[in-house]
Amino acid sequence: MTQMPYYASAEQVMRDRSEYARKGISRGRSVAVLTYAEGILFIAENPSTTLHKIGEIYDRIGFAAVGRYSEYETLRQAGVRLADVRGYSYNRRDVTGRVLANAYAQTLGAIFTEQMKPYEVEVCVAELGEQPRRDELYRLTFDGSVVDEPDFVVMGAQAEAVSTAMRSGFQARLPLREALALASSALASGAAPTNGKAAGSGTTEPLPPQKLEVAVLDRNRTKRTFRRISGAALRELLGADDAPPVQPDEPATPSDAGEASNGSPA
Amino acid sequence: MAERGAGSSGLPPGYLRAAGSSFVDFLGQEAAHLLPARGLPAGSGAGLAPHATTIVAASFPGGVVMGGDRRATMGNLIASRDIDKVFAADEYSVVGIAGTAGIAGELVRLFQVELEHYEKIEGTTLSLDGKANRLAAMIRGNLGAAMQGLAVVPLFAGVDVRPDHDPVTDEDSVQTPAESLPGRIFGYDVTGGLYEERGYHAVGSGSLFAKGSLKKIWNQRMGQDEVVHAVVEALYDAADEDSATGGPDMVRGLMPSIFVVTGAGTERMDDEAVTTVASRVITQRQEGSRS
Repeated sequence: MTQMPYYASAEQVMRDRSEYARKGISRGRSVAVLTYAEGILFIAENPSTTLHKIGEIYDRIGFAAVGRYSEYETLRQAGVRLADVRGYSYNRRDVTGRVLANAYAQTLGAIFTEQMKPYEVEVCVAELGEQPRRDELYRLTFDGSVVDEPDFVVMGAQAEAVSTAMRSGFQARLPLREALALASSALASGAAPTNGKAAGSGTTEPLPPQKLEVAVLDRNRTKRTFRRISGAALRELLGADDAPPVQPDEPATPSDAGEASNGSPA
Repeated sequence: MAERGAGSSGLPPGYLRAAGSSFVDFLGQEAAHLLPARGLPAGSGAGLAPHATTIVAASFPGGVVMGGDRRATMGNLIASRDIDKVFAADEYSVVGIAGTAGIAGELVRLFQVELEHYEKIEGTTLSLDGKANRLAAMIRGNLGAAMQGLAVVPLFAGVDVRPDHDPVTDEDSVQTPAESLPGRIFGYDVTGGLYEERGYHAVGSGSLFAKGSLKKIWNQRMGQDEVVHAVVEALYDAADEDSATGGPDMVRGLMPSIFVVTGAGTERMDDEAVTTVASRVITQRQEGSRS
């Protein structure tokens, strides 16, 4: 523990850190991870096309995070390194989501207790199983707690509202199209300004495809199962093809880029 | 349900601090003992381990074909009849390696991880020239072992997808028509020297004969099927003259491994298709020798 200028009880220190981390995370937009019939779906509200919240870790392992970009990007890259070193020194089949979730939990826990500033992040590690019942979703919080969730994980600012909306419509083994519709409308209900209406009422505007970052771990693929869905394919899946076409390769707006380079939560 | 993660330790500090997107460099810093053929004892290792032989590659307007025979030798003995020496490096490139089989196999595995690692860290693929240069650096790193008789010489080929193409994005967003991507071939020497080859190239003990064969039969107007035929024929010629190169083994059903790379990706031809081509080559040779 670093030298403190004055005395503060351990309880007080931990409470302050938790509050600090929660505040940082609650400024970000939400991310949802859910299982569907043929795999695991990741969906994030993210206007940037280059600063990802969702990433590939290994053949059957995906990553999603909310909070401070620079911090979860550090965790994602470290996870890729851990997975690749394990896969190279043992075998590709020996890289599991559980190992990665444990490593993240240890690391986040150590940072939370030993450093002045905790990481302002929340992370989901998802592993695609050979059968649907073997799918694994781990949700990790800033203090190193890890929870194993059966169906879906929602993280970020409006996690409560989005979770409520998800729970009301979620069924095991939905087709991709329906899972995507459910998750995007759940995210939209969280994103909408609370103008007196109950959150998750389902009457909110859907999020446009160019504001969504979507990826899947697809059980129909062999070896590397991670696949991003964007552009025309995403518009088609969302049934938003009648909307005016957006320019492909639209650059991130300057305000987005500025925000991210400052390292503030996106 | 919630609990602090227990069991194995967290991410080592080096994993969080590391910068850069090369897996080989990262291993060198954090786990150098995993790199192939480092810290060898003094003395010659020549003749200790099986030796893998001929690899052939030839391009066509929409891509490139690479093939290798299946034999590995130790001195005058056949160490393996069904070894694979050609591998998909990633979705748009292939690599074949001749030389000390054990080190060659490890280097290929490392090269595959290197390319995938870069993709995952950076979110985009390396250019084809970038991939060829990374392989050159890895061969240069093996120079110490090469001087002790454990040399490996690769052959690298692929198509250059547009630099901003993301391979993990859905196929729909790919705009380049698959046919417009020319195949390119890169040859190496043991010091890591990198040379782009025009049209066709071969490495390994039978390469002299394979290249002589391709010089006569290959031309740049050939389509994919004709080039596959030419590569199988070149391997047949190499096996004919070089005892360390194996021909198509009709008795055991062991065929040369043939890979085709186009804008649609890398694909290994199945044994049945290769058998058809090999039988045609053999039939033509039989007809030629019965006057």
